Amino acid sequence: MRTRKINPATIALHIVLIIGACIMAVPFVWMALSAMKDLSQVFIVPPQWIPKPFVWSNFKDSLTALPFGRAYFNSFYINIIVVLSQLITCSMAAYAFAKIRFPFREPIFVMFLATMMVPGQVTIIPLYLMMKNIGWLDSHLAIIVPASLLNAFGVFLLRQFFRGIPKEMEEAAIVDGAGRFTIYTRIMLPLIKPALSALGIFTFLGMWNSFFYPLIFLNTPEQFTVPMMLNLYRGMYATDWTLMMAGASIALIPVLIVYIIGQRYIIEGVTLSGIKG
Amino acid sequence: MNRKLSDRVGTAPALHQEEPKRNYLNTKKTDALWGAFFILPQMVGLIIFSLIPLIMAFAISMMNWDGFGEKTFAGFDNFVSQFKDEEFRTAIVNTLYYTVLTVPTGILLAMLVAVGLNKVKGKVIYRLIYFMPTITMSVAVAVVFMWLFNADFGLINLYLKEWFGIQGPKWLTDTRIVMPSIALLSIWMGLGTNMVLFLAGLQGISSSYYEAAQIDGATKWQQMRHITVPLLSPTTFFVTIMSIIGSFQVFDQSFVMTSGGPAKASYTIVFHIYETAFVDFTFGKSTASAVILFIMILTVTLFQMKMSKRWVHYEDQ
Repeated sequence: MRTRKINPATIALHIVLIIGACIMAVPFVWMALSAMKDLSQVFIVPPQWIPKPFVWSNFKDSLTALPFGRAYFNSFYINIIVVLSQLITCSMAAYAFAKIRFPFREPIFVMFLATMMVPGQVTIIPLYLMMKNIGWLDSHLAIIVPASLLNAFGVFLLRQFFRGIPKEMEEAAIVDGAGRFTIYTRIMLPLIKPALSALGIFTFLGMWNSFFYPLIFLNTPEQFTVPMMLNLYRGMYATDWTLMMAGASIALIPVLIVYIIGQRYIIEGVTLSGIKG
Repeated sequence: MNRKLSDRVGTAPALHQEEPKRNYLNTKKTDALWGAFFILPQMVGLIIFSLIPLIMAFAISMMNWDGFGEKTFAGFDNFVSQFKDEEFRTAIVNTLYYTVLTVPTGILLAMLVAVGLNKVKGKVIYRLIYFMPTITMSVAVAVVFMWLFNADFGLINLYLKEWFGIQGPKWLTDTRIVMPSIALLSIWMGLGTNMVLFLAGLQGISSSYYEAAQIDGATKWQQMRHITVPLLSPTTFFVTIMSIIGSFQVFDQSFVMTSGGPAKASYTIVFHIYETAFVDFTFGKSTASAVILFIMILTVTLFQMKMSKRWVHYEDQ
């Protein structure tokens, strides 16, 4: 297969792919570089890519202009609670749907799948009214509790993995006298670690980027998550492009770190979610 | 490997048979309890945060209600008035226009990139870069693109002038261009997901087909047309449906970049749901349009379920 001869078609393909990769990457590069520019440099024609001088204070300014630190803290702690709760609740339900025979198992599972078709916009007003009645509006509970207790996609994803575990592993443990709970925690969970990582990363990214629900449930800037704060920021400093780019960079950095660490799991997860089709 | 494992544990069922019957019944009963225990948290979530709100949504869609004052029964009035409402019709037309702009182009591009990447050296690095926009925050990306699209100082127009001497369009402030601009951003953002799905689909095509075709003297183009495209059709179909459903729900980009403007040119269905509910406080109308969106999505999904059996070539048939 491996030949030393350079194929012109292969070179052409690489050129096209590199141009494509540039188009994908340019907005990020421009964002990151512009975040360190002086505002006067923004209006120079032709566009200047390299900041001259480097203005590091943009980052500090954007962090102090609005309570971005607070938004960071809010987003992080909401995400951590939701990711951990989902890993527990989704894997529990998925284990039951895959491995335990109980009455109405199939119809209940179909119901879970059916709710994946319901767009969030349909249930948002009833949820808003529920949250208003129990006094959770403008509180993080309105975001944390529903997300922690319901992720039909997560249940579906993990169930696929549990189903792949041979029955004999469980039977052997039952013969040895292990109970259901021990089997779930000691045998099943360790076997689906890759799937748990994929779901954890998925949930983290989804929650971190989520805009629609916080927009409706949260009102005061102290409660805002990062995308909400960035949107508020956009409204206030719409013409100060360098500050805006600093803000956008600050919002994107954690996601890019998670992506680079977990890119294998993320891409596997996307693949898995697609195979069901 | 798996077969060996099951051979080895094959003695376990025999052991089971020796146990008394009472134990078997007992297992069945405790299994029901364990099942209920394990699904409990998600089941509570499903009922409280999905089923009850769904029923409430249907009820609210048949009421005249601002969420605070009196409720009056309206029957299907909200649905009728929505279809007469010019804003709602604009929202539907804009959303469908956006779907037409994003879905075919997005899918074709993703398929081409996937075919190009499939066997190439450096696939992992290319994949890393092409997938990057998919995972980023739509609000942050929209903020960056607001600048790139800016008519006077945006990178795109500056380079159009610099390299080609063209005065670029007003990307976000011209009523005819704003939707294509948002579509462009969405195609850029969505390419990664679709590409990864296509790559998985390509992995599933056995190389023996291509080997046989090469022996028969088929050209690359013929292989693409008669092997890759038909055998990739389950993926294509799935990606199409998911893209259509996603495009029906477009909101973040137009909310952040254009606020639905100029002159409602980027006003979408979800935007309408948001405005009628949380700006005008006409909850009945808002929920009625959300139910219409739900019906649109349901139709597409049911169509997928029905058609995927008929249209699609499966390799193992």
